[in-house]
Amino acid sequence: MRVLMFGWEFPPHISGGLGTACYGLVKGMVHHDQEVIFVVPKLWGDEEPLADFVNASDVTIDYREKKFKSIWKNLTYLEVSSFLVPYLGPEEYQKFTDYAIHDRADVDESIFTNKYQFSGKYGKNLMEEVSRYALTAAQIARDRKDFDIIHAHDWLSFPAGIAAKEISGKKLVAHVHATEYDRSGESVNPPVFEIEKAGMEAADHVVAVSQLTKNIIVNRYGIPAEKVSVLHNAVLDASIIKSKYEKKVPEKIVTFLGRITFQKGPEYFVEAAKKVMDRDDNVRFVMAGSGDLLNRMIDRVAELRMGHKFHFTGFLKGDDVDHMYAISDVYVMPSVSEPFGIAPLEAVRHNTPTIISKQSGVAEVLQNAIKIDFWDVDAMADAMFALLHYQGISKMFKELGSEELKNLKWEHVAAKLVKIYEKTLAQQP
Amino acid sequence: MRTICFYFQVHQPYRLKPYRFFDIGDDHYYWDDFLNRSVMRRVAQKCYLPMNALLLELIERHKGAFKVTFSFSGTFMDQMEAYAPDVLESFQRLVATGQVEVLSETYGHSLASLRSKEEFARMVDQHRDKIKQLFNGYTPKVFRNTELIYSDRIGEMVHDMGYTGILTEGAKHVLGWKSPNFVYQNSIRPELKVLLKNFRLSDDIAFRFSNKTWSDYPLTVDKFISWVNAIPKSEPVLNLFMDYETFGEHQWKETGIFEFMRALPEAVLSKTDFGFSTPSEVLGQVDAISPIHVPIPISWADEERDLTAWLGNDLQDEAFDRLYELEQTVRQLDDPDLIRDWNYLQTSDHFYYMCTKFFSDGDIHSYFSPYDTPYDAFINYMNVLSDFVLRIKQKKKEVESVE
Repeated sequence: MRVLMFGWEFPPHISGGLGTACYGLVKGMVHHDQEVIFVVPKLWGDEEPLADFVNASDVTIDYREKKFKSIWKNLTYLEVSSFLVPYLGPEEYQKFTDYAIHDRADVDESIFTNKYQFSGKYGKNLMEEVSRYALTAAQIARDRKDFDIIHAHDWLSFPAGIAAKEISGKKLVAHVHATEYDRSGESVNPPVFEIEKAGMEAADHVVAVSQLTKNIIVNRYGIPAEKVSVLHNAVLDASIIKSKYEKKVPEKIVTFLGRITFQKGPEYFVEAAKKVMDRDDNVRFVMAGSGDLLNRMIDRVAELRMGHKFHFTGFLKGDDVDHMYAISDVYVMPSVSEPFGIAPLEAVRHNTPTIISKQSGVAEVLQNAIKIDFWDVDAMADAMFALLHYQGISKMFKELGSEELKNLKWEHVAAKLVKIYEKTLAQQP
Repeated sequence: MRTICFYFQVHQPYRLKPYRFFDIGDDHYYWDDFLNRSVMRRVAQKCYLPMNALLLELIERHKGAFKVTFSFSGTFMDQMEAYAPDVLESFQRLVATGQVEVLSETYGHSLASLRSKEEFARMVDQHRDKIKQLFNGYTPKVFRNTELIYSDRIGEMVHDMGYTGILTEGAKHVLGWKSPNFVYQNSIRPELKVLLKNFRLSDDIAFRFSNKTWSDYPLTVDKFISWVNAIPKSEPVLNLFMDYETFGEHQWKETGIFEFMRALPEAVLSKTDFGFSTPSEVLGQVDAISPIHVPIPISWADEERDLTAWLGNDLQDEAFDRLYELEQTVRQLDDPDLIRDWNYLQTSDHFYYMCTKFFSDGDIHSYFSPYDTPYDAFINYMNVLSDFVLRIKQKKKEVESVE
């Protein structure tokens, strides 16, 4: 089978988890001898040659194609309501709105002729890039007729998937790695929500990274449950990591590692830490990462008078991340809403016993971990204490964790995906 | 004759190096030698060396009529020995003229007076020994606490340690309508005399000298003399207390601060009825006019003249409490390496860096801080303190196993 796949980033040039997941999926597909045409807004040239890569920045659009204009017209609503960027100055805002409300028919020619240089980032012109990406997708779908199905990853490439479908008449699979509800809680961004919804509605089938995400798709976006399949993520490398890095402090270490933002639930970790510390002197807590809640967490730690045993490392990169996992006795991911969450699997690879919130997709696949509600700080504290003191559980987690990882490989995921493709292609329109 | 008392605080903290969580239990050296050395050398070139030379010139020229007073923190003296022996030599020359008084203070420029009488006394003793050692057996008689922090209780402790006088801020909320230009006495121990900083005239030199938006800019010697002459005849003392780094470092030499100081003594002696004295002389010559009541500690910092630059927010209080939990154990162990770091960790500057009063005095704070934010300062300090605690535990174990 040959798949036309639209992504937004690909390793090594990634800024989020999306690129890593795409990489794993493509690798899995290659394992099963499936062909992938992978489109990204911008190619850097140092990507691993797993797929037939198409650089959207290199595509010249032939504007004589009549269908393109109708696609573009359908896309203009993105532009008009695209006040996604929060910190525009008043002048820029004025320019932005002038540009948006302008009748798009007037500027058709200039937009249609040139190649477009995508940044491929998550910047100020994100909405413009998303629309333009869709137009490029239409051109690619017209040039490359040699594919069986279209697969689009997350809302950024949903308009591209829709456009490719319209041009080629091929079926579309929309893959949801995260929804606007995960990113923003209840204060969703309406234009993003609209694109997500339009993409899922236009798709012939929707793939969600967890049951948790499927529930959101069904309940919040009104997509029929039978149209949505759950396809969990996996780990790129399931081997156990034996680190030589040694702990320098005598105490045990409980670690939070991730962005310090609302979504990740850092405040619950702090409160639970306090409860453990009151009972156990032989433990240190580490909050690794940075984010908009960092200073609030530092304040709270000082207020609770546990600064001598609760440490902040700032953003960790490279070896430091591995070192941190290696010296941790317990890893905690108290996410408030996590579509999947790959970090606990990394902890398992380091043989670190893990506590995860039930509000994370990874909780659906990882058996040998303690699962708690993110808000239940008493349960979280109990779990920390248990893993620190009762060798039985942590030993068992260590032994069974590696077994479990073997089942979490991308080739299994890809095999399931192929089945989903086959089912989708067999559907009567 | 009335008198002007010039007092300069000379202090440099031992700044911490960036100390990461991964360093805890592994790296027991906390100090940023490069930064400390380069600050010391920079200030030596811009301030200590040229200003010492100027003061020596003035003292020699006025033959006993011009005097100044210094206090040197222990952390400054240690760094001076390590990085700036030339500065030490020039201070020694100044003290040797006999026209210079040196004050007592805490070795670590610490806030110990607010927490522990025992630790406060130990630090004062250690400082006095250091002064003796560096300045040819000189023994200070008058006290000045870190950042001029003072309260009735602190005055009582200082008196009980054998001092006859103490310097502090002429804080508006303490003085009310009263003038700082008299000698006061401690309200618990009336034998202890209290000298108050005239903050208006002191800060005219220390802070406003080069401020072009100040209505009295530029400050000339004649203008300053006219303000000195405007002091009512009944008021006997003018206390001008400031950071020594005012000269050349806070006020660059381009502002004319050195020329101002070069011309000031002669103008004072010829155009006013003021002379110059050291605190000891003032205490001997001028009687106290009344007790001054300071139930809540004051200082010379910020607009509030209180302790909020160092203590009060959660970051500062947590760090301060955690530090002084160790007090008893550190003193019992009496290990020279631990005592050294214990002294340096108590320096008030570490707590100053954690101050979050961004809106009124934040700019001054950030000027003096090696950290981007108070939060960074807190994290770094607590990491170091965590390692220090581990060392203490380790040492304690060693000692107990020997016993």
